[in-house]
Amino acid sequence: MSNELFERLTRAIIEGKDKDAISFCREAVEKGLTARSVLEDGLMPGIRKVGELFSIGEYYLPELLISGKAMQAAVAELEPLLNAGGANFHAGKYLIGTVKGDIHDIGKNIVMMMLKGNGWEVTDLGVDVSPEKICAAIAEGNYDIFGMSALLTVTMPEADEAIKAIRKAGLRDKLKIMVGGAPVTQEFADKIGADGYAKDAFEAVNKAFSLKNKTRQQERMA
Amino acid sequence: MIIIGEKINSSRRQIADAIASGNREYIQNEAKAQRDAGADYIDLNAAAFMEKEADYLKWIIEAVQEVTELPLCIDSPDPEVIKKVISHVKRPPMINSITLEPTRLDGILPLVIDYRATVIGLCQTRNRMGRTAAEKVEIAGRLIEKVTSSGIGIDALYIDPLVFPVGADSNSACATLDAIEEIMKQFQGVHTVCGLTNVSHGLPNRKLVNRTFLAEAVARGLDAAILDPADKQLLGALRASLMLMGKDEYCMGYIKAFRKGLLA
Repeated sequence: MSNELFERLTRAIIEGKDKDAISFCREAVEKGLTARSVLEDGLMPGIRKVGELFSIGEYYLPELLISGKAMQAAVAELEPLLNAGGANFHAGKYLIGTVKGDIHDIGKNIVMMMLKGNGWEVTDLGVDVSPEKICAAIAEGNYDIFGMSALLTVTMPEADEAIKAIRKAGLRDKLKIMVGGAPVTQEFADKIGADGYAKDAFEAVNKAFSLKNKTRQQERMA
Repeated sequence: MIIIGEKINSSRRQIADAIASGNREYIQNEAKAQRDAGADYIDLNAAAFMEKEADYLKWIIEAVQEVTELPLCIDSPDPEVIKKVISHVKRPPMINSITLEPTRLDGILPLVIDYRATVIGLCQTRNRMGRTAAEKVEIAGRLIEKVTSSGIGIDALYIDPLVFPVGADSNSACATLDAIEEIMKQFQGVHTVCGLTNVSHGLPNRKLVNRTFLAEAVARGLDAAILDPADKQLLGALRASLMLMGKDEYCMGYIKAFRKGLLA
């Protein structure tokens, strides 16, 4: 019985049907399923599948966006219950922004949406963000990861500057750093001492989870 | 219709390799192929090389001018780079590009005057890109004001209303098309120009989307485009659209291009 409902939930996310996703969530909760299992057994397999389909080129950008929107709507529906149950849907805290001198935000916003759909709490610094502003935000908040976007070859060096400033402010060990954007490569990410690079929104989510897990392992080892 | 050949751009892997390895012939062949396909300007971009950009751009300018008389479109976001290379250009160039950002405006407008250049103005301020049609038109108006008040004729300005992926926002292409129409109507004498590849980002069969967008943009008054002139389907859509819009007397542009084997 619940399996069939989970499948419907998964399908609603894959097909990007936000109204269905919301009504199936309600139905599941009325039938006594926990919000946590609705999320983990119904919704998450859906968004993971969407990511897979996108990464193999089967799904196109708009489909990723529609599914992300459906996921956000479903999570918003469940959130009060998740929090009440003490099992909040919280993957981690992510700080994001486009580097200084660069005002591109489409890619950054897509990454943000996918992160939110996967349970990340995202704080957006916006575009044209100076190293000072980045450092202030890192110092103030308790973020797991800072991700920056650079869409132009001329603004890529600003990602380097930002990391230098974070180091200089003594904040480098506070979080992991990711970079992305059309001209950015893994090689560049390594060169400037970032912890991770992702070529698209799907990879960004995976990378965020793997960096978060790495941090946990390091903490356990320490 | 002004066609600006886009292929000599360092964001393309083959071009970056040719520049880095000093492969003059490869760059020259790209220039000749675009000239033969009907380009009016050859765009030259070395921006991927950052600190070496000016030196490489100078080298490309010289290489390309050895094989074609076509004017060049000097493409860099950095006004200092443009300042360094522009004296090597033999014919009045097009400069790509200015925005409302003061350093770019102040750095480049004097060069437009000194070199009798034309210039592409992006609908972008220091901290914002024009997204809606109204924003684009408003920024275009301010660009026109800046350019003409410095003594440059309005017909030297090519407004780029900016093209965003329609796959990320279903209304974005329409905003650009509406802006083209409005800019051409409101500001007599100004030109509009745009690139095409951004529109189809994240979608299948991108070239179909690109050329359909070009045809629609031409229908709204676009009179210049940055594109690959060797793409026969794209040029086919362009020539047919110009003809249907009454911009090709006796349809001879279309017929001649067809006879040369340039259309598909």
